[in-house]
Amino acid sequence: MTIMMDTGNRIAAKAAVMAKPEVVAAYPITPQTTLVEAIAEYVARKEFKGEYICVESEHSAMSACIGASAAGSRTFTATSSHGLLLMHEMLHWAALARLPIVMCNINRVIGPGWNIWVDENDSISQRDTGWIQFYCSSNQEIFDTVIQAFKLAEHENVVLPVMVNLNAFILSHTSMPAQIPEQQTVDDFLGKYIPHWKLDIDNPTTFGNIIGPAYYEKVRWAMQKAQQNAKTLIPKIAKDWKKVSGYYHGDLLEYYHCEDAEHILLAMGAIGAESKTAIDEMRKTGLKIGLARVRVIRPFPTEEIIKLGNQADLIVIDRNISVGLEGALFNEVKAALYGQSDTKATGFIAGLGGKDVTYQDIETMCRKSMKGNAKEQEWYGLEG
Amino acid sequence: MALKDIPVDECLLQGNAACPGCPATIGLRLVLKALGKKTIMVVPACCTAVIESLYPHTSFDIPVMNIAFEAAAAGASGVEAALRQQGRTDITVVAWAGDGGTYDIGIQALSGALERRTNFIYICYNNQIYSNTGIQRSGATPYGAWTTTTVGGKDEFRKEMGEIILAHHIPYAAQTCISYPEDIISKITKAKNIHGPKYIEIFAPCPPGWRFSMDKTVEMGRLAVDSGAWSLWECENDVMTFNGKSKLILEKKIPRKPVEEWIKYQGRFGHLFKPQRDEKRLKEIEDYTDRLWERYRKCYLKI
Repeated sequence: MTIMMDTGNRIAAKAAVMAKPEVVAAYPITPQTTLVEAIAEYVARKEFKGEYICVESEHSAMSACIGASAAGSRTFTATSSHGLLLMHEMLHWAALARLPIVMCNINRVIGPGWNIWVDENDSISQRDTGWIQFYCSSNQEIFDTVIQAFKLAEHENVVLPVMVNLNAFILSHTSMPAQIPEQQTVDDFLGKYIPHWKLDIDNPTTFGNIIGPAYYEKVRWAMQKAQQNAKTLIPKIAKDWKKVSGYYHGDLLEYYHCEDAEHILLAMGAIGAESKTAIDEMRKTGLKIGLARVRVIRPFPTEEIIKLGNQADLIVIDRNISVGLEGALFNEVKAALYGQSDTKATGFIAGLGGKDVTYQDIETMCRKSMKGNAKEQEWYGLEG
Repeated sequence: MALKDIPVDECLLQGNAACPGCPATIGLRLVLKALGKKTIMVVPACCTAVIESLYPHTSFDIPVMNIAFEAAAAGASGVEAALRQQGRTDITVVAWAGDGGTYDIGIQALSGALERRTNFIYICYNNQIYSNTGIQRSGATPYGAWTTTTVGGKDEFRKEMGEIILAHHIPYAAQTCISYPEDIISKITKAKNIHGPKYIEIFAPCPPGWRFSMDKTVEMGRLAVDSGAWSLWECENDVMTFNGKSKLILEKKIPRKPVEEWIKYQGRFGHLFKPQRDEKRLKEIEDYTDRLWERYRKCYLKI
């Protein structure tokens, strides 16, 4: 173990390189750039032996990853915001083709107007592509999640691409210490990559040709089953990684002071991290409130949310908006509770466009909700 | 290369789902004969996705990866990088795309892959339309041609994709036509043995798309070359050579036939002849073709 004091992007790059992908294909976009620049530095120092393809667009980045993965190689990429949106078609393609590509996405605002700060509308708008989606809250979690992402994506009962999300600047450009295990630990944990399927001249097969409705429906059903399988594998892989690295950041959710909580806050990404301080402050004043930080939104932790709903009133903070409805997490939490719990749930939209969300802001939202003064869904800080 | 020297092995199997008289299958069959079984093909949305047949069947005896319309060259880049990492440099990676996937929606990924010096062969089979979607105009559709989106005939001349490719200064680029099997085999074989990006465009007259009889596919290709509406050439390390009749036309050893001799057999140009001859547009086609060849001579004729 060594301590690496560096930004989220550079720690993500370190994890990606230590997973030893054979192919990385990426296109630069702020604020992902320092991640791919770090990989380029590993290439220059010959510490990364794989192919690094500097493609001409994110669409081609994902297409090249699809080609490399289909040819049987472990594959990694990284993007952000508009880059992720440009990939959209190929995100569906990668998942339907059942290719275990791992990608870091730096959550950034979508334009217009141009804004490079954090919100999660980019990845939230990709929920239906079939990708597994993690949201990180610290640089240590970024490192550990990237490694776990390869293990999960490549598992024979999953074989789906995995997106590891980290919030722009708050994580991507902020230095925090992370414990980096020995290369051997990562090698042993991931094992040799054995592709589930590949383009093979000794077994010539046509992949992705025209398919009738009956077979196609089975393809979708198999993807759904794989996502369900991931629900049981994510906790197992997290615990296995803890055994070898000592680090554990939760399963599908991370629970913080939830045992006796009468109110439970649900949040993702950096707000999820900041929320711990807010919980500490509120606990000091005797409030029975806990935090369930959502690490994984696909597969959605339905059963876990129902348990929380049966225990406490829920407060949800979304750094995204499904325009015309409400925050995506809030919406999905309520869908999970339908017919299972009649608990009260309130949802806040906060921090869009990169607006800072401090622990005091989080406390204000929670207290308003706990006092019963909040509408079912509210926008926090619009007047500010 | 003589016809008798063309390999007998087939990688395009019988019973594929192509239209009768399909030029793409003629091209595919020859290309795969030249490349052999150590080939991986990347196919974007195009007629070949249909020719492959319906899952779980296939008409290909080599591994094929289908990919989205604009993504053939990028997908092939990934396949090539992975094979290189695995030490499988004995396998030829080929992208096989139509003119829509090459001239239009796929040009960015193609240009990127050429600029990155990807070691692969990109083959465009050019039937001058979006035929798989039902005959819509593409950047390769010639002036005056009817398509379902140019109902009165296309108002613009086609782009010169070959010359766009030449601007990338890749080790090998060529134009050929399904009517010349030896030319296809010789150009594909040459490309297979050159390291780096290779581009080959195969002219592919499409009976249902161009509205001619399905037994005239080969003849339509020959007439296109004879009239200078299409040209056969290869460019190796920036040295340009016109081939076959195109060479004779370039060197003015034979005159090109009027383009009219080619288009009069095609229903897509029927409105230029009936109910009466459209002299203005017919003249524009011949004048444009003359100017095209004069420019070819200025650029490529060795003195």
